[in-house]
Amino acid sequence: MRGTLRLGALALTALIALAACGTSGASSAPTASAAPPASVAASEAPSVAPSVDACARENLALIAPGKLTVGTDNPAYPPYFAPKDGGNTAPWDPAQGDPNSGKGFESAVAYAVAKQLGFAPTDVSWVVVPFANSFAPGPKTFDFDINQIGFKPERAQTADLTDGYYFGNQSIVALKSNPVAKATTIAELANATLGAQVGTTSYDAIVNTIKPTKEAKVFDSNDAAIQALKTKAIDAIVVDLPTADFLANVEIENSTIVGQLDQGTPERFSLALTKDSKLTACLNQAIGALTTDGTLKGLADQYLPFTTGTPVLKP
Amino acid sequence: MAGLASGPGDSGMLLGVAGQGSPDRRPDRGSGALRSTLIAFISTVVFFIVVGTLIVNAEGWPSVQRSFLDGRVFADSVPLIVTAFWVNVRLFVVAEVLILGFGLLIAVLRSLPGPVLFPVRLLTTVYVDVFRALPGILVIYVIGFGIPGLGFTGTGNEFIYAVLALTLIYSAYVSEVYRAGIDSVHPSQDAAARSLGLSRLQSLRHVVLPQAVRRVVPPLLNDFIGLQKDTVLVSYIGVVEIFRQSQIRQYGTFNFTPYVVTALVFLVFTIPLARLTDVLVARDRKRSAAAAR
Repeated sequence: MRGTLRLGALALTALIALAACGTSGASSAPTASAAPPASVAASEAPSVAPSVDACARENLALIAPGKLTVGTDNPAYPPYFAPKDGGNTAPWDPAQGDPNSGKGFESAVAYAVAKQLGFAPTDVSWVVVPFANSFAPGPKTFDFDINQIGFKPERAQTADLTDGYYFGNQSIVALKSNPVAKATTIAELANATLGAQVGTTSYDAIVNTIKPTKEAKVFDSNDAAIQALKTKAIDAIVVDLPTADFLANVEIENSTIVGQLDQGTPERFSLALTKDSKLTACLNQAIGALTTDGTLKGLADQYLPFTTGTPVLKP
Repeated sequence: MAGLASGPGDSGMLLGVAGQGSPDRRPDRGSGALRSTLIAFISTVVFFIVVGTLIVNAEGWPSVQRSFLDGRVFADSVPLIVTAFWVNVRLFVVAEVLILGFGLLIAVLRSLPGPVLFPVRLLTTVYVDVFRALPGILVIYVIGFGIPGLGFTGTGNEFIYAVLALTLIYSAYVSEVYRAGIDSVHPSQDAAARSLGLSRLQSLRHVVLPQAVRRVVPPLLNDFIGLQKDTVLVSYIGVVEIFRQSQIRQYGTFNFTPYVVTALVFLVFTIPLARLTDVLVARDRKRSAAAAR
């Protein structure tokens, strides 16, 4: 019996040593990167500017070749995503929007960008990406992500963030019965108990701009914060302006938008991609084109029409 | 048998099988033990060197190291996280006191015999079954959003809701631990107490429970350590405690090192507590063993 044990121990050590050799051998192999068809195309058509060719549909480095894979979080809330006629496709929560519908501000923007890149709506497929994963380090499951991602320099260090497709402010929503609802300046919010979702620029706005005396409440998601607002555990919730409009007019009874926060420059929403993605330049081109021809403004006016009407809270 | 513990070699094997006995075997037994300790030590060191080398030389190690063991993120996170831990400490200290009391009550109620007390036993059994089955997040949402939603209470009571949720959940588990302790005390103890004229409750209070509780201190400590982590429940209703603070830092830095800080905080807290409990239990055993003589 002891002999068998000895043999077993020897075999285990040998196995580990073998694995070590195998790993160190594998580490010398180069990591695969996207094939460089762009350079090939450029050399074949030297009369056309290389950047245009690099963004031609057939030259794009995509996760699923031939299809544009777009990510967003689930549930996909209005007014960014509208429900689909005939019911939402799985896995999109049936109570909120469906990105496949093409309606709703961000759904429409995604399809407009896709069209600019040469993709038909049927070539676009959607995947669920939890909010914090969209700009976290590491490889991504999508070509680009659209999810009200506010541009922050820290986020840009671990993901590529495009130029803005929407510019807006953080806003405060409160129940009409709460004294905070009558606030007209940021200073009047200082004594309120505020709530926001963890990891968002809304939470940053509380910490950096409002600086309340009472510690803010932080929630896993906006719906938990909404519950807290309804039960009066918090005085007000901080969200971006389009979401504030949805909450005040649809989701929460007897609530109102107290105002939008003046933080200096308006926040910009960007599309997120893997760091140093080759698609970023092409997306920026597309966004630039859609801004110039007024498509983005038209979509914002159509789906987010309240921006100018909301009072601005200054310090 | 000492012979079995000695190192390999025919003579050792033979000796081991033969068993203890004649003086000429003792020197072998001594060197055999030393040899086996040396082999154990060397093989352990070699094992960890091999595993450590494998990990550190893996292709992705630098980025994993940066993600989990970033020095600057560590230093920046410590003050915030340690401050947030205070919320958890208050929660589990208050909750544990209530849990130990309420769990014991439930266990005693369940063990009372007689048809008259059947409703009591039924209620306590249902309570234990339900609260062991329900996920904690459901309980905290129902209590933390449901109770204030009814409109009776004011605001700012998240601490109370969390203590209530933790007490309800953990008393169910702890009552079963107590019940096991009570059952493990030999029935002759209770019989002897009753034959001396003590009532059922007096027998419980003076004879059975003191023995039962002492026996289940290790599993009770187990549940207490579990409770310390389950104080995360309060974060679901908005309060920033140690796990939420780690998460905020994680989202702020794109780094997992804050969770390593949290792990260290819990280790620093839990390990001395576990060793202290071991010392107390050992001391108590020695005392009761001495008394038995």
